[in-house]
Amino acid sequence: MSDWIEIGHIDDIPRLGSRVVKSKAGDIAIFRTAQDKIHALLDKCPHKGGPLSQGIVHGDQVTCPLHDWKIQLASGEAVAPDEGCARTYRVRVKAGTIFLML
Amino acid sequence: MKEKLVLIGNGMAGIRTLEELLKLAPDLYDITVFGDEPHGNYNRILLSPVLAAEKTIDDIILNDRQWYADNNIMLHTGMRITKINRGQRTITAEDGTETTYDRLIISTGSSPFIIPVPGSELEGVIGFRDIQDVDEMLDAASKYKKAVVIGGGLLGLEAADGLVKQGMDVTVVHLENTLMERQLDSAAGALLKSSLEERGLKFLMEHQTEALLGDKRVEQICFSNGLQIPADLVVMAVGIRPNIELAQSAGIHSERGIVVNDTLQTYDPRIYAVGECAQHRNITYGLVAPLFEQAKVAANQLAQLGISYYKGSITSTKLKVSGIDLFSAGDFQQSDDTEELLYQDPGRGVYKKVVIRNNRIIGSVLYGDTLDGPWYFQLMRDGIDITEMREKLLFGQVSIGDSGHSATDHISAMPDDAEVCGCNGVCKGDIVNAIIDKGLFTLDEVKLHTKAAASCGSCAGVVEQILASTVGSDFTISPAKKPICGCTEYTHDEVRATLVKYELKEIRAVMDFMEWKTPDGCSKCRPALNYYLLCAWPGEYVDDARSRFINERVHANIQKDGTYSVIPQMKGGMTNAAELRAIADIADKYAVPEMKVTGGQRIDLFGLKKEQLPAIWADLNAAGMISGHAYGKSLRTVKSCIGSRWCRFGTQDSVTMAVKLEEMSWGSWTPHKFKMAVSGCPRNCAEATIKDLGVVGIDSGWELHIGGNGGIKVRATDLLCKVQTEAEVLEYAAAFMQLYREEAHYLDRTAPWIERVGLTYIKQCLIEDGDGRKRLAERFLLSQKYAQIDPWRARAEGKEAHEFAPMIEVVD
Repeated sequence: MSDWIEIGHIDDIPRLGSRVVKSKAGDIAIFRTAQDKIHALLDKCPHKGGPLSQGIVHGDQVTCPLHDWKIQLASGEAVAPDEGCARTYRVRVKAGTIFLML
Repeated sequence: MKEKLVLIGNGMAGIRTLEELLKLAPDLYDITVFGDEPHGNYNRILLSPVLAAEKTIDDIILNDRQWYADNNIMLHTGMRITKINRGQRTITAEDGTETTYDRLIISTGSSPFIIPVPGSELEGVIGFRDIQDVDEMLDAASKYKKAVVIGGGLLGLEAADGLVKQGMDVTVVHLENTLMERQLDSAAGALLKSSLEERGLKFLMEHQTEALLGDKRVEQICFSNGLQIPADLVVMAVGIRPNIELAQSAGIHSERGIVVNDTLQTYDPRIYAVGECAQHRNITYGLVAPLFEQAKVAANQLAQLGISYYKGSITSTKLKVSGIDLFSAGDFQQSDDTEELLYQDPGRGVYKKVVIRNNRIIGSVLYGDTLDGPWYFQLMRDGIDITEMREKLLFGQVSIGDSGHSATDHISAMPDDAEVCGCNGVCKGDIVNAIIDKGLFTLDEVKLHTKAAASCGSCAGVVEQILASTVGSDFTISPAKKPICGCTEYTHDEVRATLVKYELKEIRAVMDFMEWKTPDGCSKCRPALNYYLLCAWPGEYVDDARSRFINERVHANIQKDGTYSVIPQMKGGMTNAAELRAIADIADKYAVPEMKVTGGQRIDLFGLKKEQLPAIWADLNAAGMISGHAYGKSLRTVKSCIGSRWCRFGTQDSVTMAVKLEEMSWGSWTPHKFKMAVSGCPRNCAEATIKDLGVVGIDSGWELHIGGNGGIKVRATDLLCKVQTEAEVLEYAAAFMQLYREEAHYLDRTAPWIERVGLTYIKQCLIEDGDGRKRLAERFLLSQKYAQIDPWRARAEGKEAHEFAPMIEVVD
């Protein structure tokens, strides 16, 4: 049904940073870790909807800027003891180009 | 080949040292451990509950044999070491086997002191030190009736209580007239004695043991006054003796204990000593907290990091006799330069004494109501000036006005639905349930699980008390040394000193050098490191945007819906028609949904989308306005009243002064936000006395006030000094800001910082040391050269465009 959509180059995102992809489903946050792994999450913290794309990225987590919840980038799960999950999207990187599956 | 590390002594201090070492440097050494007891490492402080049948031996084992195997540690139990040959670097065990070492830790602990009276070698005469002693006591309790405990100190009373619980008829013999005289004064000692008597203990005070009589096993005990009573078991708990014989025989300098320096090294630098056998700055310790602190430092040194130093410990004691609440810490005997605050309520069985020197707590004894013990201990350890709270000190932390929610004066009387944390809406019942269900022991754990005290933190004291009253004596007060976060072992001060000393100029370099436990830190430590580096290396350090909280990264304030608010600079709160017209036009152009005049006399535009920010900044810039830094841990605003320009009461031109202060200090990064205000006369319409720095005009010049806060906990400023000229105001302000920038912990406002270091210290730095003040001011002005660059202009011109624009818009 859906296809891989080319959204840009890995260098468009700073290391330990994130960029937003605007879509009909809402904003999607694309993260780049220190090891250049790319992850995609719906840009809404499961707690109170804070924009995760604006948080500080560390290890394989991001800290939500509103109330400091820590969200795992790969699974979207909140780090215990907080409970909740942000929607994840599939991404893949080919020769530096990032593709997203909506 | 790996170096060989040998540990003599398989007890708590030694093994803790290895645990800390393995965390820091898991593969540095081949480790061998010798212990003369036949067990793994167990929790010696819990022997009393084992004796009282509240716990079993298995409950108190800390490291089983599997742990040694998992960590590749060679363990020899039941093996005493008889000789250290320092020349050859070998040790010899009692069976003659030799082991070589490159580094050696001596952790031989201590032995109970056995009074050398006739009959002390009889069967049934023991100390209270190890599992074997407990086994003997339990065995005696099953066969005999009469027990005598010699020594009315902590250990003796715990032993006596345990033996009573085992059904024995117990008499405690004490040389002094006060029980636990090293921890208690006579009043508290008397209260303790009467409650122990109610539980069935008998006491013979001021009795000196002269002889123990019996054929093979002890039968009678004789005192110097001629009294003689029957005894089937005699437990000697009159003190401990550091085990130093082994070290002494190897020529290692020892006094009461093995003498060590601040790195826990003995006079032979290859040999370390930790725990009860070590003597540091003339003190030997017998409590567990100091031993763990020593272990941490020794491990840091052994891991070849060389960053931590041991400076001695302040200890507190809680008697582990269930049902008796007793807390003692520090020095509580009166002397010429101390004062005592005393609270006595014999009817309720409550006694509290707090001893003060130079307005700081140096000791406390609490009986019957020990809820505030951890609080007094913390005030003492942190050296907090208690002048302000002195009159309420004895009534406990709840009486010190924690922004309203302190009406309940007793935690146990507090209803379950009482709201404790106003920020996160957490009630007492939620906290108690979480503590019980999840088995929480520390404030940090409660914060994590319930969010109580996790936001503004003003209820932390109450939460700590709920914790103490829920888990009782198992409660651990927060460690003396608080690391920045879970990513590191080191405190703010240690990290700061290290990055300056070793000239580390990048976050990565600090993390590598100080062996961060996480690959790239977390949202707590990275912003702190970024700030410390920025402050230490002005002009050199390259700011790391990825280690900035979003507000500081995009120079605007994130709001609950993910939009931003923007506040242009308006020095001293002064504006004019042209600026207001420009702001109005911009608000129309960008359809700003809401505007507000802030508490700091600025105009806030709400509801802007991130993508709009660079454009709105360009327009504000074009109208002559720059960033107001309302989003940063930085100089926020300088408020002012109109002063002598218009006011009929004004004595000074507060507006001009405010504008000059803001011109000097805008853009500076500080540990937390920094607010100023200038009032033109003592009527103080600019509310300068609740600001970080308040300036109040008086007829003869200006008063400078510091350390105020109008937030979570209102704190009025302390008067720093009076000065006459504008130039002096600016110099003192610059110097004060720089002192705060260089010495406060990241996220410390000036109010708690000043309470921690004391006003006297600030005065020393800023008033008594005139040259020091000038140098501080110079350093401030130097760092301002690199800080006063309008971040809006740069971004309006395209800097960091990726930060503001979406990556792509996907249209289906």
